[in-house]
Amino acid sequence: MGSSAPVRVALDVGDGRAAGPSASIRRRQAREALIAAAITIVAATGILAIVLIFVFVAREAFPVIVGAPSVHDEVDYARMFLPQVWREGRPASFVWQPVGDVPKYSMIPLFVGTLKVTLVAMLVAAPIGVAAALYTSEFAPRRVREILKPTIELLAGIPSVVVGFFALMVLATFLQDTFGFSSRLNAVVAGVGLALAVVPVIFTVSEDALAAVPRSYREASLALGATPWETAFKIVLPAAAPGVLAAVVLGFGRSIGETMIVLMASGNAATTTWSFGDPVRTLPATIAAEMGEVVFGGAHYSVLFFIGVELFVFTFALNSAASFFVRRLVRRMSGKTA
Amino acid sequence: MSVRGRKLAGRGLTWLTGGAAFLVVAMLTVILWDVVRGGAGRVTWRFLTSAPEEGMAGGGIFPAIYGTAVMTLLMTIVVLPIGVATAVYLHEYAPPRSRLAEAVRVAVTNLAGVPSIVFGLFGLGFFIQFIGTGMDAAFTAPTPEGVLEPHYAKPALIWASLTLAVLTLPVVIVATEEALRAVPRDLRDASLALGATKSQTLAKVVLPGALPGILTGAILAVARGAGEVAPILFTGVAYFLPDLPDSLFTQFMHLGYHVYVLATQSPDVEATLPLLYATVLVLLVLTFALNLVAIAIRTRTRRKAAGAH
Repeated sequence: MGSSAPVRVALDVGDGRAAGPSASIRRRQAREALIAAAITIVAATGILAIVLIFVFVAREAFPVIVGAPSVHDEVDYARMFLPQVWREGRPASFVWQPVGDVPKYSMIPLFVGTLKVTLVAMLVAAPIGVAAALYTSEFAPRRVREILKPTIELLAGIPSVVVGFFALMVLATFLQDTFGFSSRLNAVVAGVGLALAVVPVIFTVSEDALAAVPRSYREASLALGATPWETAFKIVLPAAAPGVLAAVVLGFGRSIGETMIVLMASGNAATTTWSFGDPVRTLPATIAAEMGEVVFGGAHYSVLFFIGVELFVFTFALNSAASFFVRRLVRRMSGKTA
Repeated sequence: MSVRGRKLAGRGLTWLTGGAAFLVVAMLTVILWDVVRGGAGRVTWRFLTSAPEEGMAGGGIFPAIYGTAVMTLLMTIVVLPIGVATAVYLHEYAPPRSRLAEAVRVAVTNLAGVPSIVFGLFGLGFFIQFIGTGMDAAFTAPTPEGVLEPHYAKPALIWASLTLAVLTLPVVIVATEEALRAVPRDLRDASLALGATKSQTLAKVVLPGALPGILTGAILAVARGAGEVAPILFTGVAYFLPDLPDSLFTQFMHLGYHVYVLATQSPDVEATLPLLYATVLVLLVLTFALNLVAIAIRTRTRRKAAGAH
């Protein structure tokens, strides 16, 4: 574009009404329309990406989803979700044992493992994350706040493989010495490691929600004689509740899907016990550990993709719930303050 | 409750919540301290510039550093234009209450929540099994022995980079949109009033103004991409390669995966432990430095934006 162009436009507009826009203006409008169209098309990439992810993970899982004859000898819904009698005279059980004469693909040990690890992670991360957010937004002096927020963001920047390494090398030994676990790697070690990755998520989202509560709420409460902690717990926290809930739900989604920490620190034994001191195997860790050794296109391969579909659906549902809560918070904050 | 009781309860709760915040910072410090203590002595120039030897028990990590750098560079080249264009659409071009913009926002939020291992499956199912197989069918005729050369439908640098580009898309979009929001309306209006078109205003006024924020997004994406291991497990990373990757369609070594391999698959943990700590330290310093720079730029930009209003 020449630098004289804007001046010419002004002249063209002036006397161009009757004769229609001049050629240069039309060219310019066409160019603008083209740029706008190009940007709009590129912006649709995000939508395309999420659709392609679901479609192509489901495509590889398709034989398992529809119970195709090619995989039917090895796996179907009943064998994935109901207890099976594997040897005559033995009680029915849930077994994940994909390699062997009779491959066994029960999802239940993986669900149990994922739930145990996630439960530990949430029990540790949710109170700490929300309390730290409350402190940062309500009690901390300004200078402390300005250091705390970026520091916790830095924690979020630690690669999960490093957190997994730390859990495997340091945390596992420390927790075994403290609680006397019989196996060094177990659900508690993985869960606490996971909490390190989830705390920053819960903290950041909760802190945003607490900070969004209007000053007038706090001032009104203090003016009525409430102390700062009464204001924080009885006014600010309830007002920000949907946002705090969204933070916990997001943290839950993150901990279900986290792979490397759990892969390194959980011991990876697919068990169905309820003891938290036993090694466990989660859904993501199973995919990561076994995809390297499967026959492409075989039943095991499809089952691993089926686990991917499950993870996609779970986290999609949790994220949608979190967005719903955030929207409620926004409506509450904007609707009642005026 | 008495006045004294209320005061005491208040102090207790302040300490309790402050303790939680302190605990988080303490954990961060413990991780850093452990890694620095374990690895600092081992990170030498030779370690950074030579290849692994003695079955990973000796030598350095240069191929892993090189692989990580090339992969994140490719990823950035792909994700940055797409992410910036998407943010520009959302903030500058989308009509108010646009259905498409709403859909893009929902998609991006959900994309950010997809587990990283699912991105790995997506890379395998889409890039390798679908695109790669398609390219094999289109460009490569099998030799009489049935060998495909070049063979596209296998784990490779390009597929891992593209997978991570999809994963980091939300990071770039969110940071860029925040940066665009910080560019004052007056600047746009002034440019338009002088007769510049919308795209000229964008290119000469808005994007330059938003540059620090866009840079923040790019750095955060690089830090994220350099640290993620799960998405590249089946899409391109290799356990050990004697040579550096010389084409987009070869496998590569990666710092994060190297940490995973040394930590879990080493036949002699004691022998590899010092190397493992040194590798973790390099990875941590790299991602931390990137994150620190990004946070610093963002804090400055936010303060400036707050000052302008």
